[in-house]
Amino acid sequence: MSDESKVSTQTVAPAEPPSQKRKPSGKEKAWQENTLRPTLAKNPERQAEFTTVSGYPIQRLYTPADLSGWDADRDLGYPGEPPYTRGIHSTMHRGRLWTMRQFAGFGAAEDTNQRFRYLLAQGQTGLSTAFDLPTLMGYDSDHPLSEGEVGKCGVAISSLADMEVLFDKIPLANVTTSMTINSPAAVIWAMYLAVAEKQGADWKKISGTLQNDILKEYIAQKEYIYPPEPSMRLVIDTFEFGVKNTPKFNTISISGYHIREAGSTAIQELAFTLRDGLEYVEWGMRRGLDVDEFVPQLSFFFNAHNDFFEEIAKYRAARRIWHKAMVERYKSRSPRSWALRFHTQTAGCSLTAQQPYNNVVRTAIQALAAVLGGTQSLHTNSLDEAWALPTEFAATIALRTQQIIAHETGVANTVDALGGSYFVETLTNEVERGAWDYIEKIDALGGMVAAIERGYPQREISEASYRYQVEVDKKEKIIVGVNDFVTKEKPLDILQIDETVAARQGDRLRKLRAERSGDEVARRLSALRKAAQGTENLMPYIFDAVKSYATLGEICDAMREVFGTYEEIAIT
Amino acid sequence: MPEKKIRVLIAKPGLDGHDRGAKIIARALRDAGMEVIYTGLRQTPEMIASAAVQEDVDVIGLSILSGAHNTLCPQLMNLLHDKGMDDVTVVLGGIIPEADIPALKKVGIAEIFLPGTSTQDIVEIIHKRIAH
Repeated sequence: MSDESKVSTQTVAPAEPPSQKRKPSGKEKAWQENTLRPTLAKNPERQAEFTTVSGYPIQRLYTPADLSGWDADRDLGYPGEPPYTRGIHSTMHRGRLWTMRQFAGFGAAEDTNQRFRYLLAQGQTGLSTAFDLPTLMGYDSDHPLSEGEVGKCGVAISSLADMEVLFDKIPLANVTTSMTINSPAAVIWAMYLAVAEKQGADWKKISGTLQNDILKEYIAQKEYIYPPEPSMRLVIDTFEFGVKNTPKFNTISISGYHIREAGSTAIQELAFTLRDGLEYVEWGMRRGLDVDEFVPQLSFFFNAHNDFFEEIAKYRAARRIWHKAMVERYKSRSPRSWALRFHTQTAGCSLTAQQPYNNVVRTAIQALAAVLGGTQSLHTNSLDEAWALPTEFAATIALRTQQIIAHETGVANTVDALGGSYFVETLTNEVERGAWDYIEKIDALGGMVAAIERGYPQREISEASYRYQVEVDKKEKIIVGVNDFVTKEKPLDILQIDETVAARQGDRLRKLRAERSGDEVARRLSALRKAAQGTENLMPYIFDAVKSYATLGEICDAMREVFGTYEEIAIT
Repeated sequence: MPEKKIRVLIAKPGLDGHDRGAKIIARALRDAGMEVIYTGLRQTPEMIASAAVQEDVDVIGLSILSGAHNTLCPQLMNLLHDKGMDDVTVVLGGIIPEADIPALKKVGIAEIFLPGTSTQDIVEIIHKRIAH
């Protein structure tokens, strides 16, 4: 940890008792003396120190001596029961496989609609929508700042008209949809709900996930529009609206994925994500919602990086921390609030532009960690993602990777296969303790919003990311095909985004603005503006504006006028 | 005798907020003895060109991961030309398909660094370029 991290002088007692000094058994001591020592004398180990990809030290051997004081019934428990170390369902993947949910989106709505229907035909079991940068930033496709970005990183959605095309011939009553949208999440969700309504799907029954996690935007991904306070208000508005209208919809996916991609360690990913979660819980309760009324609709999203056991320990620790926090901090009485449900995506930042076919192997191993860690749904990255958005060929291999893990490897045949491993249990304990230390440090700073405003998590991540780069540059960490085992290879065939997307979107927006009732749009936007100045829940106003075919940009602008915009202080 | 430090502007044009690479490069160049100015996120080509003039930099390092490089790079190069900044060395890093590289070089991007490039290589190449 960097010196700058020592912002708090207040010392916090660790949540768990520190592991007692190891007391190896007589047999272990004898082994050290008679077997290990002569070996080391003759053949020293490859490295002086072994660490995870996050730089966490790993010992030679783990034995019962590492787990003294550990109690299987208390600390491990049984699947589907507190503390959920072994998973949130009693039968886990024997009962139901995880949802295979591949993130997709590019071009205009009709292009992505076609990819969605292709993926469903290939046996994918849920949809996941990637939006382009203008959409993520709340700009229409024809805004000057959208130039060059329309349809590039995801699908361009500027109005309800685009959303209707995106889900054309996809029955929202039968498919679960995840939407990776944050600052304008309330607007995009309103569009989705309007399409569902048009299709005649019952809001009480439709299911899916809105990412809607603004805190990690300030921390890591940086796609924010408004300052933290009004942004948090919008998030809590969606929680409140969801409790009343869409009880099966996850109104948030509290995301560590982007924190890790920005260069954090596994412990930082875990700690910052869960502390974000606690922040949302506190803001929801401050709104007057009962903890057990809205927390069951909160879901999580983690990264699956290269270090196999560290990742598995991270998922197991996440469940244990969430349960403890819900019960002890918020006095939750509903097991539905205690069980941390999560989506996983394999680590995009671990993929290499060099020898890209190796990425299939990396992704398979990362996906295996997510499955063994008890994930509820999974996205596997495509081999070409260090070059561009995936081709259909690459996206199909990524989906097949999950199907092979599910149906051929046997890992889904038993629950928490690694439970009881001295190594995995010790690492789970240590990762949990490391995360609690961070969580308590952020508590002492006054919570996550206050910590973000001081740049605390941003600085911690920045330090970790630089430290890792230095290790790679010095070859202390090997990346196959990049800093070792280098060969020259032929370029890949990659996806070309149709350059006519921006023009098509421009035409569509011109037509929309000409055909809709301008007066109605103006009236509803003005109602939204007025409500934003007060304290009412904004979802109904946003929904009204969406249904009049007000555009995403117009709706976000109405709120920009009231809320203002946010600029970060850049930390390098 | 102390040499004049190389002045570098690290810029993130476009709407993308993925700044891990930009920040690592800013820090690595600073550690290598260069003077580094980081613009922060979401800079338009106009803002970057003006900052380059104001800060009188030798090098502009662009970080683009969003696929918008074919639009943003020519815009910036035109603006630099209009401002009489043809002698500034512009380098680019990010997610750049190989097929796009010749056109980017043609508009005057001096070097394109793909994922996996070591920071030492970038430092060395900048030193070589500026020594000329």
